[in-house]
Amino acid sequence: MRSNRALKWLVGGPPFVFLVVFFLLPALIMVVASLRYPGDFGGLAPLFATRPGEEAGLTVESYQVFFSDWVYLEIFAKSFGVAALTTFVCLVMAYPLAALIARSPKRYRDLMVLLVVLPFASNFLVRVYAWMIMLGPFELLFSRFAVICGMVYVHLPFMILPLYTNLEKHDPTLLDAAQDLGAGAWQRFWRVTFPLSLPGIFSGAALVFIPVLGMFAIPEILGGKDDWIVGNMIKESFLGTRDWPFGSMLSLMLTIAVLAVAGAASWLAARGMRRA
Amino acid sequence: MSALRFPLRRLALGVEAVGIVAMFSSFLASGGKVALVWAAAALLALAAALGAAGRRREMPAFWLWYVSLLVYAFLYVPLVIVVIFSFNDSKLNAEWVGFTIVWYQRLFADEDMLRAALNSVSIACVAAAIATVLGTMAGLSMHRFKPKLLPFLVFTPVAMPEILLGVSLLIFFLNTVSPALGALGIDFGLGLTTVVIAHITFCIGFVAIIVRARLAGMDESIFEAARDLGATPWQTFRLVTLPLILPGVIAGALMAFTLSIDDFVITFFTSGVGTKTLPLEIYTMIKVAVTPEVNAISALLMALTLAMIVAASKLAPDLMQAKA
Repeated sequence: MRSNRALKWLVGGPPFVFLVVFFLLPALIMVVASLRYPGDFGGLAPLFATRPGEEAGLTVESYQVFFSDWVYLEIFAKSFGVAALTTFVCLVMAYPLAALIARSPKRYRDLMVLLVVLPFASNFLVRVYAWMIMLGPFELLFSRFAVICGMVYVHLPFMILPLYTNLEKHDPTLLDAAQDLGAGAWQRFWRVTFPLSLPGIFSGAALVFIPVLGMFAIPEILGGKDDWIVGNMIKESFLGTRDWPFGSMLSLMLTIAVLAVAGAASWLAARGMRRA
Repeated sequence: MSALRFPLRRLALGVEAVGIVAMFSSFLASGGKVALVWAAAALLALAAALGAAGRRREMPAFWLWYVSLLVYAFLYVPLVIVVIFSFNDSKLNAEWVGFTIVWYQRLFADEDMLRAALNSVSIACVAAAIATVLGTMAGLSMHRFKPKLLPFLVFTPVAMPEILLGVSLLIFFLNTVSPALGALGIDFGLGLTTVVIAHITFCIGFVAIIVRARLAGMDESIFEAARDLGATPWQTFRLVTLPLILPGVIAGALMAFTLSIDDFVITFFTSGVGTKTLPLEIYTMIKVAVTPEVNAISALLMALTLAMIVAASKLAPDLMQAKA
């Protein structure tokens, strides 16, 4: 028993220690940073005053600024809007393709999935750049439309794969039974296939929705200044205005939003599973 | 494709080829608008052919093929256009002028670019090597000992938006590590080391997921048999466990390498001023001045990734399953 415990630490210890130091600790430091004063030349002010009259210690100033001005809450709302629209467009595009792959003969399925993943293997920035070239001649660049195009393009496989994994497991005899009972194609889809695919939809939605919220490169490259979302504000706080406490506070707000979305998605998926 | 009857298969492939050629040539000639009509028509014909062929063999319906082909086109057309314009003899990515390889030549003469490429490859090698060792240990530990906190630490960096890991490490390195080491007389700033550490942090999770998935399908009695026969834990690992999970470990290592060499967001926050990687160079080029040099580097990166995928599928045939 004792050697078992030693073995447990020998195997699990190194990754555990590494992640505590380089993931958990920085996350906790960021929480504290959101409660500190910004430094005179960017960064953070010291925790303990080194000269009289200096701003030091902890404060909720960043939070006060955030909640006292509608601008920031509006940007959060806009980010949720962009993420929701992206998720919806991804769902509408992914469903037919996922259904087609799931209904194709077994030996083609791997190839068809590979064809979905393959463009995804090219660099993220290359894929964003491709839309600059695509939309440039049509004069659609630097618009909300361009941002959604880029977002959908980058995240589409995250929706197709979970949906396909779900649809592949459906029992085709259910559809035959529905047909025998007189259900048309429309009814068969909305009353059999769709409810059964809800868990796949929700896990795909979470995989698209969450990264979109934190994205800054796509709105920056494809969008105009009006299309900035939370990710852009965070980036700007750290590298532009260099107000680290404000940026940390925004990151924390984003974390809370992400946790809420993930929680909602897994709750809905579990509920969908029970009903199905 | 071979399921389709022979003439139909010919027809479908022919329509496809004509459609694709027509689409790209008209896109280049007209600046794009006519191409959309061509593309839609070509895909319609292809879908009709596939749908007609399928009726006899219980293949999915025509409209499903049509919509799906549109989605496939959506995935591939932008990348193909990037590659085509990388050979265009014009500074603008708008109209086809003539064939040239000058953008590639300029790329290979660009010293900043070459240094960035070297940085990217060395970061990816070191980060992938360490992440593979730590990730395999994490996967083994989660499978065998079912720890409570480790899965949280391993999976959260994978699921979170990348920007959060990036900025928290930025604060950590500059505000905590740098002063602490500075007090010891060690000069520490953002650079290659910080980028490698950041990459390891998010790659561990991917390796651990793949290794654990590989272990999950395994018969536990093999390991028990090894123990019963008197093998020490190290012998069991080296002679039984490692050979069995090796395809998973290789797949994880390749995944970590690709993730690291492709990463933009986390590198952006942890690299500081002096250190550039290829994605950072591309970002600067896109923001400052868009020239077909960007197309050329994009095309080269695509070729590299493609080669890596082919190599991976030869080296570890079950990589694709592990990835999906």
